[in-house]
Amino acid sequence: MAATSFKEVFDKLNQGVVGYVVILLHVVAGSYLVYSQPRSNLAFLVFISSLLSLYFFRADNRFKILVGMLLALVIIPVIGVRNIFYLEVIFQISVFAALSLGLNIVVGFTGLLNLGYVAFYAVGAYLWAFFGSQQFYVLNYAPGTQPPDLPFLLPGDAFYLFLLVAVIIAAITGILLGLPVMRLKGDYLAIVTLGFGEVIRVLANNLDKPINLTNGPQGITPIQRPTMPEWVVDLFNSLFSGVIGHDVKLADMYNVMFYFFALLVIIAIIFVTKRLDDSKIGRAWTAVREDEIAAVAQGIPIVRMKLLAFAVGASFAGLMGVLLAASRTFISPESFNFMQSIGVLSMVILGGIGSIPGVILGAAVLTILNLQVLQGFSLYLNDLRQSDAVIPVINFAWKDLSTQLDPAKYQKLLFGLILIIMMIFRPEGLIPAKRRKRDVSVDETK
Amino acid sequence: MALLEMANITKTFGGLKAISDVTFSLEKGRIVSIIGPNGAGKTTFFNTLTGIYRPDTGTIKFNGKSLVGLRTDQIAACGIARTFQNIRLFADMTVIENIMVGMHVHLKQSPLQTLLRLPGFNREEKEAEVKALRLMQYVGLNNVENELAKNLPYGAQRRLEIARALAADPQLLLLDEPAAGMNPQETEDIIKLFRDIRDNMGITILLIEHDMRVVMNISEDICVMDYGEKIAQGSPAEIRNNTKVIEAYLGRGAVAGQHEEKLQ
Ligand SMILES: Nc1ncnc2c1ncn2[C@@H]1O[C@H](COP(=O)(O)OP(=O)(O)OP(=O)(O)O)[C@@H](O)[C@H]1O
Ligand SMILES: [Mg+2]
Repeated sequence: MAATSFKEVFDKLNQGVVGYVVILLHVVAGSYLVYSQPRSNLAFLVFISSLLSLYFFRADNRFKILVGMLLALVIIPVIGVRNIFYLEVIFQISVFAALSLGLNIVVGFTGLLNLGYVAFYAVGAYLWAFFGSQQFYVLNYAPGTQPPDLPFLLPGDAFYLFLLVAVIIAAITGILLGLPVMRLKGDYLAIVTLGFGEVIRVLANNLDKPINLTNGPQGITPIQRPTMPEWVVDLFNSLFSGVIGHDVKLADMYNVMFYFFALLVIIAIIFVTKRLDDSKIGRAWTAVREDEIAAVAQGIPIVRMKLLAFAVGASFAGLMGVLLAASRTFISPESFNFMQSIGVLSMVILGGIGSIPGVILGAAVLTILNLQVLQGFSLYLNDLRQSDAVIPVINFAWKDLSTQLDPAKYQKLLFGLILIIMMIFRPEGLIPAKRRKRDVSVDETK
Repeated sequence: MALLEMANITKTFGGLKAISDVTFSLEKGRIVSIIGPNGAGKTTFFNTLTGIYRPDTGTIKFNGKSLVGLRTDQIAACGIARTFQNIRLFADMTVIENIMVGMHVHLKQSPLQTLLRLPGFNREEKEAEVKALRLMQYVGLNNVENELAKNLPYGAQRRLEIARALAADPQLLLLDEPAAGMNPQETEDIIKLFRDIRDNMGITILLIEHDMRVVMNISEDICVMDYGEKIAQGSPAEIRNNTKVIEAYLGRGAVAGQHEEKLQ
C-alpha cells in the first residue's frame, strides 16, 4: 500500500517543469558540494544520486542526454581529478555494472543461476595480463626468479586489439563451460558453476608450474596500459586546469582515460543488451526462463539459446577483465574469488532481476556501500579509537573497541542481509523489470 | 500419403507401458480426437509425437519424413504445434510477446541485423506484431496485447495458448484437452474456432478431449486408447456403439443403455 501511494504522489509531483528544475538543482547542488568539499563522502553521495534524478524525473529526452553528457564528459572528470578516489569509485561502479549486466543476461533473462560468473572476468583479465606483460619471457622461470629487464611481448597499444580478442575468448569459454551443464537446472546448475568459478581461480593460482603461465599467487605485474598521447594531456589541461586549480599529471590522466574507457564499454554493453532483449533472441531467452517445455515446443532450440546467453554474458565480463588488468597494471587470483561472484549476484538481485536500469543501480549502490560507506565508517571508528572519547551512558572507552568490529570487515554480512531483506520485502528489486508495451494496430482495410 | 503416420509405437516408463504398440495415421485436413480414460496414455502419445519422449520402438513419419530421434524444437519446426493439458504460457511475458515467441522459427532476423537495427529487422518486427494482433483477434482476445499472460482469466489463457500455437503456421495442431474447465458457452465458441481453423487456415487438428459434447460434435474420426493401447478407431457413431469402448469407460458388463447417456 505504502509503495503504491508513494508512487502516486511521485507521479503527481513529477509533471511539467518540475522534472527540469529538480534535475538541474540536484546536478548543480551536487557538483558544487563535491567541488567545494572534495573529501566529503556525503557530498559525493548527493552528487552521484543526481543520476537517479536524471533517470526518474520526467523531462525531454534531449535535455536528459545533454545533462548526462555534461555530467559524464565535463563534471565527473573535473571532480574526479580533484579527488582521484571519486574517479576510482565511478570506475568500479562501471566495472560492476558491466558485470551485473552480463550476469543479468544469464540469470535474469534466461533464468540460469550461475555462481561462477567471475571466471569469465578472470579469463579476460589474465588474457591481457599475459600478452600485455613480460610473462611470455618468464615462462621458464619460477615466480620471483626471473632476471630483470625482460622485454614486453606486445606494445601497450595492443590493448585495443585485446578488447576484441577478450570478447571472443570469453564467449568461447562461456560456451565451453556451458556445454557440460546444459542438462542441469536450478540448484544443481548453481553448484556446478560455482565449482567452475573456483576451478578458474585455482588454475590461476597454480599455473606457475610446470610452465609459469600465471605467476601463481603473486600475480602478474607490470601489465601495460595503452600509450597516452601527449596532446590529450595538453588538451585536457588547457580546457580544465583552470577549474581544477592545477595541471593534471600523467598518472591522474590515466585514471581519467580508464574512466572514459569504462564509460564507453558500459554504453556499448547497455546498447547490446537492450537490442538483444528486444528481439527474437531476447524473447526466446525469456521464454526459456518462463517454461522450457513450452519454449522448445515453439521451435526454440533451448541448448543453443542457453549457450548464447552464457557466451554473451561471458563476453561482457571478459571485456571488463581486460580493462581491469590494464587499469590496475597488476592482477592476482585473489581478485577473482567466490565473493566477487556473490557480490555481482547481489547487485543483480538488489537492483532487480532482468531489469537493465535496475542492475546498474544495484551495482552502484553496493559498490558505494562497499567502497565509501563501510570504509567511511571504519575510518570514523578508527578516529574515535585514537581519541580519548568514551560512549556516554555506558562509559565505554572507544579505545577499547575491538578491531573485530571494524565495519569494513562486515561486507559479507551486509550482502547477506541485503539479499534476505530484498527477498522478503521486495523480491522484484529496486527497479523491477518491466515488459515493453507495444502500440500495435491492425489496418482494417486489409 | 497421410500427413502423419505412426506405426507400432511403444513407450514405457520403468515397468509401465504408457503406450503399447500403437499404430495411427492421420489424413491432411481432418479433425480427429483421441479419447480414453484417465491415465490411458493420451498425453504421453502427444509427448512422444513431439519428441519430448523418444519412443522405445516404432516409426513416426510426418509428410514422409521420419521424426524419431529429432529434437522437440526440430519437430516443431517441421510444422507441428501444440497446446498443453495444464496450460503452459510464458507467464511473465505479455500476451503479444507470447504469440511472437510462437513465430520464432519463421523470424529471419540475424544477430547483426538485431544489433544494428537494420531496416529488415524493424520491418520484420512490425509485421510480427501485426500478425500477432490479428491472431489475438482471431481467437477472440481483444485489447489485452500488453497484459501479462498470467493476469488473463482461465478461458483467455487457453485461447492464448492456441493463438501462440497458430503463430508458428503449423500444418498439424495438437490440442490437449482444450475445453477442460470451460462453461457450455465457451465450449461452443471454441468448437466454432476449431472448425474455422481447419476450414479457413487448412490446419489439420488432432485433439485429446474428455468432454463428449466436444468430441462427438467436432470429430470426423475418433481414436480410443485404454491402458496404453489403441482399442478402437472410427466415426463418432461407430465409437458410440463400440462395446470395447463402453467397457473401457464403464467397466466390464456395463448395461448398454447406460453408456448412451454418458457418451451423449
Ligand atoms: N514422465 C513420466 N514418468 C513416469 N510415468 C509417466 C510419465 N508420464 C506419464 N506417465 C504415466 O503414464 C501413464 C499415461 O499417462 P498420460 O499422462 O499419458 O495419461 P492421459 O491419457 O493423458 O491421462 P489424463 O486423461 O489424465 O490426462 C500414466 O500412468 C502416467 O502415470
Ligand atoms: Mg493427459
